[in-house]
Amino acid sequence: MPSAFKSNNTVLGSSWHALAILGLNRITLSGDLGLRLLWHIMHLVVSIWYFVLGLTNTLESFFISSGLFKRYRCLDISKVQYLAVVIDSEEARETLKVLELLRWLAAIGLKKVCLYDEEGVLKKSKEALTLWLKSERMSKETTSDQLFEQKYMSLEVISFSDSKHAVAKAANFLFKKHYLSANTEKPKLTEPDMADALEALGYGALEPDLMLIYGPARCHLGFPAWRIRYTEMVHMGPLKFMKFGAIIKAIHRFTTVHQNYGT
Amino acid sequence: MENKEHTLVTRLVGSLVSYMRRFLFRVLSVGPVPNHLAFILDGNRRYAKKWNLGEGMGHRAGFLALMTLMKYCYELGVKYVTIYAFSIDNFRRRPDEVQYVMDLMLEKIEGLLKEESIVNQYGVKVLFIGNLKLLHEPVRIAAEKAMKATSNNNQSILLICVAYTSTDEIVHSAQECCDEIRSSMKVNEEKDVKSDLIKLGDIERHMYMGVAPDVDILIRTSGETRLSNFLLWQTTDCLLYSPKALWPEIGLRHIVWGVLNFQRIYPYLEKRRKKQL
Repeated sequence: MPSAFKSNNTVLGSSWHALAILGLNRITLSGDLGLRLLWHIMHLVVSIWYFVLGLTNTLESFFISSGLFKRYRCLDISKVQYLAVVIDSEEARETLKVLELLRWLAAIGLKKVCLYDEEGVLKKSKEALTLWLKSERMSKETTSDQLFEQKYMSLEVISFSDSKHAVAKAANFLFKKHYLSANTEKPKLTEPDMADALEALGYGALEPDLMLIYGPARCHLGFPAWRIRYTEMVHMGPLKFMKFGAIIKAIHRFTTVHQNYGT
Repeated sequence: MENKEHTLVTRLVGSLVSYMRRFLFRVLSVGPVPNHLAFILDGNRRYAKKWNLGEGMGHRAGFLALMTLMKYCYELGVKYVTIYAFSIDNFRRRPDEVQYVMDLMLEKIEGLLKEESIVNQYGVKVLFIGNLKLLHEPVRIAAEKAMKATSNNNQSILLICVAYTSTDEIVHSAQECCDEIRSSMKVNEEKDVKSDLIKLGDIERHMYMGVAPDVDILIRTSGETRLSNFLLWQTTDCLLYSPKALWPEIGLRHIVWGVLNFQRIYPYLEKRRKKQL
């Protein structure tokens, strides 16, 4: 009898223990579900905010393009000596959209533009883009006046191979130049040495003043680090929703920025 | 009696605020939490001017904001926090301002090592990143002492970039690679070098920031949209966020907003990282 009683107690005890664990698990599960629900609500609020912001920006871009805002009518384009446009590689496959963007930039009066996408999609389209620029130039040219030709845009197209890999190649160049000699003294490499090495290997040296980023996020996607020390970076949203007014606004904002360069 | 009641109420309110903040972080943690946050501490001087404080007071207010922000980051579960404390370009400021900042850094580095500091509270390993030889001697010694004292901490890491610029970091890395290759070569091998011996991985390994993974979110205050030669190499897949607030005004809402935006684009960043592997 006592052993049966003990056995029953043990079974009962185990059952209570199991129920307690089940109860705790249920509370934990509903707690987790509650947290998850709150998280989704937070993100829903953020999405609604961005939807409203998107509508506002679309309306603003329309008014800017129409010339309604006085401050955007006179743009000091000379402050943008060199413009970089970073495009997400997936979006860069829309060559017609890229062509339209270049046409807008040329219409604004930008003379030097650098296009970048990480995977080199734009490099494959470079020929088509350059041909378009040339045909636009030829259709508007009436004389062979050199000054008239200079009005049109020069285009540089780069990818990730011109970025981090270029620095590795430059390091090899510097090694061969400064280290492989009879001189046993340890060379001291400087920033001008690196800049000269990159230039000698044919990598672009110009630093963009302004960078327009087309893609899902405000990321520079690996644009050559050497060239973006003080570049202002603006996120323009996806390429398929690009707006002329947004470009004008970004350039206008850039013209009002004052840089101390660390001083 | 009134003072005791006031203190009790203050403590209760403080505890409630702390509980609510931790609960908010629990909710945020349902989604991906950034592993590495970087901050450009811009706006201290403008803050001092805005509130008619002495110029140096802006930097002090900035330090308080930094301590608060670090607490938030470590509570959220961010493992790496990097701050741009002093650029090589900043040495071109007025000598009295440079001296003030150096003195402040020395004071604060020594403060970090005290038992009750945030470093010990959260088990933070402190690393000073940059060309430390350019620092004033007492600051450099204090920095080395702080790194040694916290070397066994492993819960989280604080990287303080001083005498740092990305371009200097890249040149330093190239130099280290060249020195490494040369020291491993025999004399008669030097003339036969034709292929590229330095690979991209070697450059990455010798970066000052090679001790940390790439940055997930870089926050620059004061609404400025440039990186000013900070972590240009490490921000390939990094969300750049520029709140308008001056650095001493930065708060919980900015961290929360940054993390929410990071979580929105996380699938895109993950897809990019997988492509690169």
